[in-house]
Amino acid sequence: MPILVRKTSAHQPLPSEITPQTVYQDRRTLLKALALGAAGSALAGWAARDARAALSAARSPVAGAVTMEKTTPQKDATSYNNFYEFGTDKSDPAHAAAALKIDPWSVEIEGLVSKPGRIALEDLRKLSPLEERIYRLRCVEGWSMVIPWIGYSLSALIQHVQPLGSVKYVEFVTLADPKQMPGVRSGVLDWPYTEGLRMDEALHPLTLLTFGMYGDALPRQNGAPVRVVVPWKYGFKSAKSIVKIRFVEKQPGTAWNKAAANEYGFYSNVNPNVDHPRWSQATERRIGEDGLFAKRRKTLLFNGYEAEVGQLYAGMDLKKYF
Amino acid sequence: MKSVRALLLHPAAKPVVLALCLLPLAWLVYGAASDQLGANPAEALIRSCGDWTLRFLCLTLAITPLRIRTRTPQLAHFRRMLGLFTFFYACCHLLAYAWLDMGLDAADIGRDILKRPFILVGFACWLLLLPLALTSFNRAVRWLGGRQWQALHRLVYLIAGLALLHFFWMRAGKNDFAEVQVYAMIIGALLLERLLRYFTPRPRLSAR
Repeated sequence: MPILVRKTSAHQPLPSEITPQTVYQDRRTLLKALALGAAGSALAGWAARDARAALSAARSPVAGAVTMEKTTPQKDATSYNNFYEFGTDKSDPAHAAAALKIDPWSVEIEGLVSKPGRIALEDLRKLSPLEERIYRLRCVEGWSMVIPWIGYSLSALIQHVQPLGSVKYVEFVTLADPKQMPGVRSGVLDWPYTEGLRMDEALHPLTLLTFGMYGDALPRQNGAPVRVVVPWKYGFKSAKSIVKIRFVEKQPGTAWNKAAANEYGFYSNVNPNVDHPRWSQATERRIGEDGLFAKRRKTLLFNGYEAEVGQLYAGMDLKKYF
Repeated sequence: MKSVRALLLHPAAKPVVLALCLLPLAWLVYGAASDQLGANPAEALIRSCGDWTLRFLCLTLAITPLRIRTRTPQLAHFRRMLGLFTFFYACCHLLAYAWLDMGLDAADIGRDILKRPFILVGFACWLLLLPLALTSFNRAVRWLGGRQWQALHRLVYLIAGLALLHFFWMRAGKNDFAEVQVYAMIIGALLLERLLRYFTPRPRLSAR
């Protein structure tokens, strides 16, 4: 086989090969304009054919939605996952989730709403303009990441389905298909995995209905094709691969609370002053950033979102309602 | 079988086993240095050292039943080394926890031991291993006398139980007991074998 030898060093492209700055900037502007404009929704539908197509999103204007902290390497955020439906080891989901079928997908809206029914993923994605939000993610196990998510405030969907006045909680039901999810065959949790939020938490602008991360559609191991992200709560509150959203009057049961009520409360707000029996909640390790011998960093109340969400819990005993 | 026994008595046998026992540590150090331990290398190091402590504990406890059942007295030459490697990996586990998780802050470590039951139990295991390691050399056996030495070293059964409890409690937080069950079955079988032997009446041929 002939070997192509270039005169210039292999690492240095020829000047003629480099796209002039003005050209690629124009290109990017055009793409952004397309995605953001009226054509954007049409494009989004087209892009949905391929689950990993790039998602265009504008930077979120919501207060506190874009942290300036360094984002976690994508490789770490997509290879170190707690997603028990695909196995209990954090390296399991990255390979076991590969077979998950996410197209077609729809989300069933149930319970006390004026507009119940099934919403196809493509329509759900078009309900409101997609925003990029860079959130801290704090796992109950004592590690954290910083992830650029793509989605819109869950409140947009809630307003769309028009809940009745009696609604107090939102319940998220996630996919539990033993054929596609090897972990569901084990009795580790009471499947399907469910989570819930109080209505004011669900309506808070920071609560994100999420379709993508790192500029792309969600990888399967991160909860494709649609999940929620609640940045001031421990990671397990952010339900993945959602198939049903229920609007209810009574506080719904949640998967980890059912498994161990003394360890996992309904609220599960990040709180360095309320310890989990097995993991110190006072400090955390930032994945991919803190060196092996670096001291763990202090965990902040509400994961640093106290200014935005503190008023939701005014007067509540956070030690009792953990 | 004869050749196995001869192999066990070969002058190179002990150095070879020693080198094999150091392989897990070598791999972990290499993996950490070359960034091959995944997204959370600190957690991987702490947990792997704990896993290897349990594995060496199982190996150590397996020597005597194997020696008797296969009539291979030569195996006894390796029991001390395996026991000391159990202690060695327990030290690595403790050091990795104290350094990587606690930043070697003695006050933080003390508080953590008292606060979290599974850490307390793990630390108790290490404390109990300490006298066994310290009395592992020949002169200590002579100094204590065989009977007392043996009584002291029966602590290993308590250590095995506590080590399992430590692992169980750690995994209980995530309802993940598959691996705990494997170790519990191995250690259970090794202890059961001893109980059966203890309660089986038979002439004792070996001189005490």
